[in-house]
Amino acid sequence: MQVAFYIAALVAVISTIMVITRFNIIHALLYLVVSFMAMAVVFFILGAPFAAALEVIVYAGAIVVLIIFVIMMLNQKEEAVTQEKKWLTPMVYVGPAILSALMMGELVYIIYVGESHAVGQHVVDVKELGKTLYGPYILAVELGGMLLMAGIVGAYHLGRQKKKVIHRFLKEKED
Amino acid sequence: MSEPEINPWLIIAGVLGGALVIAPGLIWLERRLLALWQDRYGPNRAGPFGVLVVLADTLKLFFKEDWIPPFADKLVFVIAPAIVAITVLMSFVIIPIAPGFIVANFNIGILFFLAMSSMGAYSIILGGWASNNKYALLGSMRGAAQLISYEVFMGLSLMGVVLLTGSFRVEDIVNAQKDMWFVVPQFIGFVTFLIAGIAETHRLPFDIPEAESELIAGFHSEYSGMKFGLFFVGEYLGIMLISSLVTCLFFGGWLGPGFLPPIVWFLIKMFAFIFFFILLRASLPRPRYDQLMEFGWKILFPITLLNLMITAGIILYRSGAELNIKF
Repeated sequence: MQVAFYIAALVAVISTIMVITRFNIIHALLYLVVSFMAMAVVFFILGAPFAAALEVIVYAGAIVVLIIFVIMMLNQKEEAVTQEKKWLTPMVYVGPAILSALMMGELVYIIYVGESHAVGQHVVDVKELGKTLYGPYILAVELGGMLLMAGIVGAYHLGRQKKKVIHRFLKEKED
Repeated sequence: MSEPEINPWLIIAGVLGGALVIAPGLIWLERRLLALWQDRYGPNRAGPFGVLVVLADTLKLFFKEDWIPPFADKLVFVIAPAIVAITVLMSFVIIPIAPGFIVANFNIGILFFLAMSSMGAYSIILGGWASNNKYALLGSMRGAAQLISYEVFMGLSLMGVVLLTGSFRVEDIVNAQKDMWFVVPQFIGFVTFLIAGIAETHRLPFDIPEAESELIAGFHSEYSGMKFGLFFVGEYLGIMLISSLVTCLFFGGWLGPGFLPPIVWFLIKMFAFIFFFILLRASLPRPRYDQLMEFGWKILFPITLLNLMITAGIILYRSGAELNIKF
C-alpha cells in the first residue's frame, strides 16, 4: 500500500508540473485529468473511497469537461500563447512564489511535527461521512448550498434573454 | 451468503471474455433486428443466418490501413479510442452477473460506474479535437454538451435505489430486490436512468456527436482501421453495460424463479434491454443537442430531484413510524 501511495503521489506531482508547463492547452488539461485521477488514487489508499469517487466524477469528469468545452468554443491559436508569454514577466512570479514558499514551509513543518495517519488503517465509509457532514458540519453544508444557489440564480440572470421573436405584424406597429 | 469461492481470475476471464464476445455479436444482432423491423433481410449470406458477417467485418477492420492524418495531434489521436474501451470495460467490474460472480465488490460500486462513465466522455471530446477536422470538432463539442446535459440527472436518478437499499454496493442492491423489483417503487428513477443511459452510450436517438446524416461520422470521421473498430465496439460494450446495470439496479439482476440458473436470468433480462436499445434506433428521430440540454435540465433534472425528495421523505416517515415518532 505504501508503495502504491508513493507512486500515485509521484504521478500527481509530475502531472501537475506538466499542467503548468505545457503550452498546448488541451495537453495541459489532459495532464490535469491525470493529476486528478492520481489524487483519487491517493484518497482511495488513505481510506476515503467516497472522496476518491467524487474526485473523479466531479473534478476529472464534469469540471474539466466544462473547461474543455469553453476552450473549444474560444478556439485560441498560437497568437494567444505569444500574448500570454508577454504578460508573464518574471516579476509576476515573485508574489505567488513567496506565498507558496510559506505554505510549503508550513507543510514541511506539519509533516515533521504533527501526527499523521498511517496508510489505509481506517476506511471512512459513506454512512460515517454523511453523519459527520450533517452532524457537526451542518452549517458548512448549508452555507455551501446557499453559495451554489446564489451561483445558479446568478447564472440564470446572466443567461436570461428577453423574448426576441416578435411577430412581423407587431413589429411594424412598433415602428 | 455462502457461495462456493470461485477463482477470481476465472471471474475476470469470464466477464472480459463474455463482454468481448457478445459485443461484436451485437453488431450482427442489431443488423438482423433492424432489417426485421424495416421489412428486409439484413446480412444473411455468410454462415447460418449471416452470423459470420461479424467475422468478416472484424477481419476487414484489422486489414484496413490504419491511417493517422498528418494534421492530427498524434498522441491524443491514438489515446482517444483506447479510453472508451478501457472505461467501459472497467465499469463491468462492479456488475454482479450471478451471486458471487463479480470482479470487484466495491462498497462504492455505483459511484465507480459514474466516475468511469464521466471519464468515457473524454474519448469523444479528445478524439474529435485531435482529428483537427471541422466535422470532428463539431461532433466533440456536441459530445461535451451532451455530457453536461445528462450527467447530473444520471447520478441523481440512481440515488433513489441507493436510498432504498442503504448501500452503493451493486450486490446489496440486487439482494434488496428479493421481494419487489425496484422498478416498481422507483419507476421514475428507472425511466430517467434509461434516458441518461441512452445518452451515455451515444445511441440513437441521442447519437448527437456522431450524427452521420449531419456530420459525416462526427467525432470519428478521421478514424480508420482498428481505431475506428474500438469506437465501434466501445459503443456496443456501452449498450451491454447500461443494459446490465438497468437489470441489476431495477429488475432484480440474477433473481428469478428457480427453474433457470441465475446467470441465465441475468442474460435474459440484459438481452431484453439490448433489444429495446435496438428498437429505439429503428424508431426514433434525433433531437438537436440544445433540445436535449433543455430536456435534461428543465424536465428530467427537476423530476429526478422530486423523485429523490419524495423517496427520502417516505423512508424517513417509515423509519419514524418504526421508532414511534409522531410527525
